This record gives sequence, structure tokens and C-alpha cells, in this order.
Amino acid sequence: MSTTPKEDLSAILGHFGPYGGRFVPEALIGALEELEEAHRTSQQDPAFVAELAELHRTYTGRPSIITEAKRFAEHAGGARIILKREDLNHTGSHKINNVLGQALLTKRMGKKRIIAETGAGQHGVASATAAALMGLECVVYMGEEDTKRQALNVARMKLLGAEVVPVTAGSRTLKDAINEAMRDWVTNVETTHYLLGTVAGPHPFPTMVRDFHKIIGEETREQVLALTGRLPDAVLACVGGGSNAIGIFHRFISDPSVRLIGLEAGGDGVETGRHAATITGGTPGVLHGTRSYVLQDANGQTVESHSISAGLDYPGVGPEHAYLHDIGRAEYRAITDEQAMHAFALLSKTEGIIPAIETAHALAGALQVGNELGKDAIIVINLSGRGDKDVQTAAQYFGIPLD
Amino acid sequence: MTALDNLFAKVRAENRAALIAYIPAGFPSQAGCAKVIQAFVEAGVDAIEIGFPYSDPVMDGPTIQAAAVTALENGTGSAEVMAALKTATDTGVAAVVMTYWNPIERYGVNEFAQAIAANGGSGVITPDLTIEESAGWLIATKNSSISPIYVVAPSTSDARLPKVTSACGGFVYAASLMGVTGARNSVSSGAADLVARIRKTTDLPIAVGLGVSTREQAKGVAAYADGVIVGSAFIKALQDAPNEDAGLAAVSSLARELAKGVREGR
Repeated sequence: MSTTPKEDLSAILGHFGPYGGRFVPEALIGALEELEEAHRTSQQDPAFVAELAELHRTYTGRPSIITEAKRFAEHAGGARIILKREDLNHTGSHKINNVLGQALLTKRMGKKRIIAETGAGQHGVASATAAALMGLECVVYMGEEDTKRQALNVARMKLLGAEVVPVTAGSRTLKDAINEAMRDWVTNVETTHYLLGTVAGPHPFPTMVRDFHKIIGEETREQVLALTGRLPDAVLACVGGGSNAIGIFHRFISDPSVRLIGLEAGGDGVETGRHAATITGGTPGVLHGTRSYVLQDANGQTVESHSISAGLDYPGVGPEHAYLHDIGRAEYRAITDEQAMHAFALLSKTEGIIPAIETAHALAGALQVGNELGKDAIIVINLSGRGDKDVQTAAQYFGIPLD
Repeated sequence: MTALDNLFAKVRAENRAALIAYIPAGFPSQAGCAKVIQAFVEAGVDAIEIGFPYSDPVMDGPTIQAAAVTALENGTGSAEVMAALKTATDTGVAAVVMTYWNPIERYGVNEFAQAIAANGGSGVITPDLTIEESAGWLIATKNSSISPIYVVAPSTSDARLPKVTSACGGFVYAASLMGVTGARNSVSSGAADLVARIRKTTDLPIAVGLGVSTREQAKGVAAYADGVIVGSAFIKALQDAPNEDAGLAAVSSLARELAKGVREGR
């Protein structure tokens, strides 16, 4: 199973095997080159590294803790289940890691305005937060459908001083929000940084966003070794675009004994066609500036994705995941809405932690993997976000009256 | 030599710019698209750009986005694009296809280039294909004797311009401004500067697109460019018309005006 890839998969022009690269209008090339250079030099600049580390310590709340989920584990074959608590970060998810890094880069490039896309609203909230902290103008594009599903996060972004633009094109979800953000960027590229929220998009985004999230895996590896004295058997994370998953996977890629398992949104079931499981049910193609797996039809048109989770409702996936899948280093499974909501309720009731519905897909995966591996196994789950934003969706799903 | 190469030789001899008109395949309907093509030719359009409607057109403004939605709802796929291309080239006019990259990759890179050639097409404009990702496409277009046409932008650096234009065939597509497609009140003054910068790197004809919608604008651009590309203005004429016949009349009238404009520039 485990081919161990080179340390930095993206060394060659932002490619991961046949995936990644740069498929964008020529108008954006200059900005992407500028960003690539700013990222590269900042990583070697001790002052930049120290500034971000200090922000993480005093603002994000890093390092995030790990929590052993003993009662939840009883439902997962008795395996040891360890949660990496990215939900405890400021703004409630892993997204802040990337946002603070890119906001610092925005200032470094002398730009005053950021734009962002958001699905569940977590990346939008994190972007609005960083913009408020650093005095940047912030515009967030959000599919109109998602503004309804995630009304609370829309209000949060507005309170933070951001402008939220509902996108009415196409399926009115994350994919269309990215299209609209890219149109804004093409038009305003001289003054504006596109603060992309996941490990997709044109180079350098997949590499750069991974670099800002890899701290998750670095902390996790040390914490789990300290707690258990050995490496885990499996590391699990939900995958939409794939940023929290690559963040926790990356440090473990060179540990061949550790299985890396990404859980995609299976919606009503991959066999129904109503899902967002891009690696499980998609084919290689180009979307939003990168080559990866894509949900598409015979003519190369993007097919609309479906998931109860707005944050996973995306018909593409980061190119590094496509590569890790193809070389067999990571596995990807689909979790249905129903399985995810079962795990959502189970973690809430057994551990007193309400997870994001996105994250619940990883928890559902852990129920499967725990039963497969048995009680001697150690399984780590990236608890990528908290579920406050999902209370309304969950209440509707479980028939809890809200009035 | 493609039909497009012959066309640019001809308009150079006539000391004028070429009028290049854009219509997405399947818009306003499959039959309507064929009528638009006919109207273009009769009104004096020199070359036709057939758009491959795509689900995620990040370079396009609201007008062409809406047309793409209509065209896709009309069941437009690669077969309909190739049929529209053939409808155009059968009239004897030079024609190219404009498409985002993924439909080409899905169709098969070599197969797509062969199909363009088989339907009389002179080339393909690929607005989101970068030179860095073009190795296979350049071989495919060469083998099929069609032109790979790239778009350059005002932000394209002098260092990068020759890399792009040296890979181009047919013409270089100069985007007049930083932004998406759509009619504008004035054509960006940056367009003339960009064309001058492109000229230093290539002998290929240069066509300017983005924002041209009137005879006056066409005249202005024709003063310094070899081709004037108009898209959104035609689509808007069709969208705003009460019915297809009225839309076709508006397209004809606009095309005639623009055809005068490209002859008045010098």
C-alpha cells in the first residue's frame, strides 16, 4: 500500500504527479507569481515565521489540545479514539490557521483588500476575523443557498465588518462562490488578494494552504506519541477541498505504518449521483485552476454536488489528495448524510462535543475503521470544527422544534 | 495556411481590421445559433468564434454566463459545438472555437484538435490554458494543422509576453482590460499599449477583445489592431429582444455597424 512520496510533492511547478498546476486566465499569472514568491520568501524569513507563531499562540489558541474520546470509542470497536481539537481554535475551526498566514502575506505584498469564498461560512468568518484584526477590507462570496443554510455565519461575518455577497449563479453553492471570487480577482488583482480557503485552486494555493495547515499534523504527532508512546494506526479527516485533511496528514506521509483516511461527503449515497465524493465518484479533470478529480459529465461540465454539509458540498478536491489517492498513500471513503448525522449525534451525546457536520463525516469514518481495526488500534480524528453553526440544520434533521 | 491566416492576409492587404464575432453554440437555441451565424456572414463579419458553453466560466461576465446557462439547458455539448463550427465554415467564413480547457481534456486533447480540423476550424482560443500546461496541446494542434490561440492581458509582463506569443498561431488575443467579458462604455486605453507591447514580440496578427460593443469603439480599436472581437454585445442584443426574429434583426444591424467600424479605423 504505502509508497512513500518525496518530502515536498509540490517541488516541480506546483504539480503532484499529473495533478495540480495552473489553469487560469493570463491576467492572474502575475499575481500568482507574486504570491508564490511572497510565500517562498516568507517561509525563510524568521520574522514572518515568528509573527505567525506568536499570533497562533496568543490569538488562535495553539497548540490545540487532543482529547481521548473514551465513550465514543465504545461504538468504534473499542479502539482508542483521539480527537485533535481544531474546533477549539478561535473562530471554531482549522480555517484560522491558513487565514492568518495569508492575511500576513497580504500585508507583506502591500495589498489592502482580501476576497474570499465560503461554503459553510467557516472560512468566511475566519477571513473576516483576520481582516478585522489586520485592518484589511474584506468581501466574502457565498452561494445564496449557503447563506440560507448558514445564516448565523452570515451575521457573524457582517458583525466582523465584512461585506457578504450572495452568489445567485449556477447551483448557488461553494463552486459558484469560487467562480465569482475569481471574477473579482481578475478585475481587481492589483489591489486585492484572493484568500482561497482550501488546498485547491491554481499553484501556489494547494501548497501554500497546506503549509499553513501542516502545523495540525506536526502538533498531533508529538501529542499522540507523548500520550500513547507510539504512532497511531490511522489518521482520519473529512475531505471537501481537503485543507484540514492535508493539514493533519502531511506530517504523517513519511510514516508508512500510519494509514491516512479521508472521508468524503457521500450525500444520499454515491450510487444515487447526489453526493460530493469527488475522489470516490469523480474523474480526473480541471476545475478552478487545478487538475484533480472532478465531478463532471461526458462533456467536461461540472456536475452539481450534494451534501448536507455546506463545507463539503464541492465538486472538486485538492490535487495533492488526488495524488495521494493514486499512489495508494491515502484512502478515501464516502460517508452518507445519514451516517454523518448519526455520528454527529453520537459524539454530542457521548463526549459533550457538538462537531461541525463536515467533521461528523470523519467521525462516522472512525466508527467504521475502529470496528475494522479492533480494540488495540489507535485512531486519530481531526476534529476540524465545532457544530454551533449547524444547530439549526441538525435540529431540522432530528425534528427538534426551534420555536 | 488556415482560412484564418488567409483572412488576416486579406485584411492586411485591404489596410483594415477584421471583425470577429462570438456566439456560443446552442444559443439562443441550436437552430437559432445557425441563424445567428448566417446573419453574421451576411452582415460582413470576417471570422466567427464559436463558444463552447461551460459550467464554470470564470473569465465571463453576467451576459455570457447567462448565455452559457441557456446553451447548456439547450443540451449543448461537444457534438453541438462541432456542428455549429461546421455551419460556420460551410459558408466559407474563417471560424475558431473558444473554450475553457476542461471540455478539451474530457474530449481528448488530440481528438479535439482533430475534430476542429475535420469541421473546417482554423484554431482554438483557450482562455484558461497557460503556456506551462500546454505541451500536449501544442503537439496536438500542430499535428492537426490548427492554430493554438492564447489570450494575453495588460498584466502580462514584457518578460512573459514572448513566451506566450511564440506559442500562438493564427492571432494573438489581447484582452483590453483586467476583467471579465462584457460590453463597456469605453474600451480601455490600456489596449493600445498592450498591442504595442505584443507587436515587439511577434509578427502575428493581434485581435483585441473585451468591452467592444459599438461602431465607434470598433473604429478606435481598428486603428491599431488587426482584429476586433465582439461577443457580449451580440448576446445582449439577442437576450434583450422580444423574440428570436427581432434578436436576429438586432444582431444583423449591429454586425453591419461594426463591419463599417473596422473599415474606418485607418
